[in-house]
Amino acid sequence: MSVTVPMDGPWLDEAAGRLIRPYTVSGGRTRPTAELDLMSLVMATGAASQMYFGPEHSEALGLCQGPTSVAEIAGHLRLPAVVTKILLSDLMDSGAVTVRPPHNFDNPSDCSLLEAVLDGLRRQL
Amino acid sequence: MAYDDSSDSFPTPFPTALKVLVAGGFGVGKTTFVGSVSEIAPLSTEELLTQVGAETDDLTGVELKTSTTVAMDFGRITLDERHVLYLFGTPGQERFWFMWDELCRGALGAIVLADTRRLENSFSAVDFFEQRGIGFVVAVNEFDGSFRYDPEEVRAAIDLRPDVPVVICDARIASSGIQTLVTLVQHLLTAVPGGPGQDDAVVQRDDGVPLDGQVSL
Ligand SMILES: Nc1nc2c(ncn2[C@@H]2O[C@H](COP(=O)(O)OP(=O)(O)OP(=O)(O)O)[C@@H](O)[C@H]2O)c(=O)[nH]1
Ligand SMILES: [Mg+2]
Repeated sequence: MSVTVPMDGPWLDEAAGRLIRPYTVSGGRTRPTAELDLMSLVMATGAASQMYFGPEHSEALGLCQGPTSVAEIAGHLRLPAVVTKILLSDLMDSGAVTVRPPHNFDNPSDCSLLEAVLDGLRRQL
Repeated sequence: MAYDDSSDSFPTPFPTALKVLVAGGFGVGKTTFVGSVSEIAPLSTEELLTQVGAETDDLTGVELKTSTTVAMDFGRITLDERHVLYLFGTPGQERFWFMWDELCRGALGAIVLADTRRLENSFSAVDFFEQRGIGFVVAVNEFDGSFRYDPEEVRAAIDLRPDVPVVICDARIASSGIQTLVTLVQHLLTAVPGGPGQDDAVVQRDDGVPLDGQVSL
């Protein structure tokens, strides 16, 4: 790890965010069971879940009635991305949500995609 | 998986999610930019940092100690029924830039905001995207009372390659931000015929694609 952080004292300051105890919310699980990206789109299936979930799970489910990104759900829940991913992977495992991975723009010749973006942006003007 | 082509084969109602990064030095207007172009109220997404400052996707070991987070601005523009553009404002502090590597993955491109009073604060962001072959434009955010430079002066000061567009923008105004995004996508389109990345974009200037992203405003 090449990150240089002063180790000689507390490195928390106003630039770092608030302090949290994520372990409580994630029910003791330490990592998501599914690969989720910040831009993965999550949507509630409407299927009634057999599993018991905590209030954060219900809140997360309520936030993705339409396709919603993991980043957006995390922002609304005010929970770190990793904790949100754990909650969402629980919901996936129970069948309460489906997920679509993001489009990785690693095909630079994808002209039609860029043109769709351009058209969409111009409509905003 | 080299290329996620699920955009066409994946059943509706999921749109294709795309992203653009908004980068630049400390206090240059990233949060303002993302907030003004976004259709949703400004949100920030937090990543968890371990004590050593690395981003983590694993809570092992953090359960007993309090952890800290770093926030990224987050915004959304629905382009059409099938495409949604997400904007991520990267953390201004260089010590958090290790996070950009993940953010960069799969990004369409980037906007580097620059403040003419502190142009040197944008150098590292420019280097960062150049090194990774990520297409970007430089947007000069004109703060009140700052000296007005024209885009070519800024280009010379940052030592930018001639193919990288420089535009003037006001991060507080939505249409100005959108116009900057338009310039970015036009720039990305000019680089399309030659192959991967922006590296040979200069020699593609004769391919007939108008470089109208490079207008001096
Ligand atoms: N005059 C003027 N002020 C601006 C402009 N853009 C941002 N500001 C102001 O500059 C200040 C900093 O803007 P931010 O958007 O918070 O900058 P930032 O890059 O997110 O800052 P950090 O996240 O701390 O690195 C705020 O008070 C903004 O209101 C602009 O285009 N013109
Ligand atoms: Mg900010």
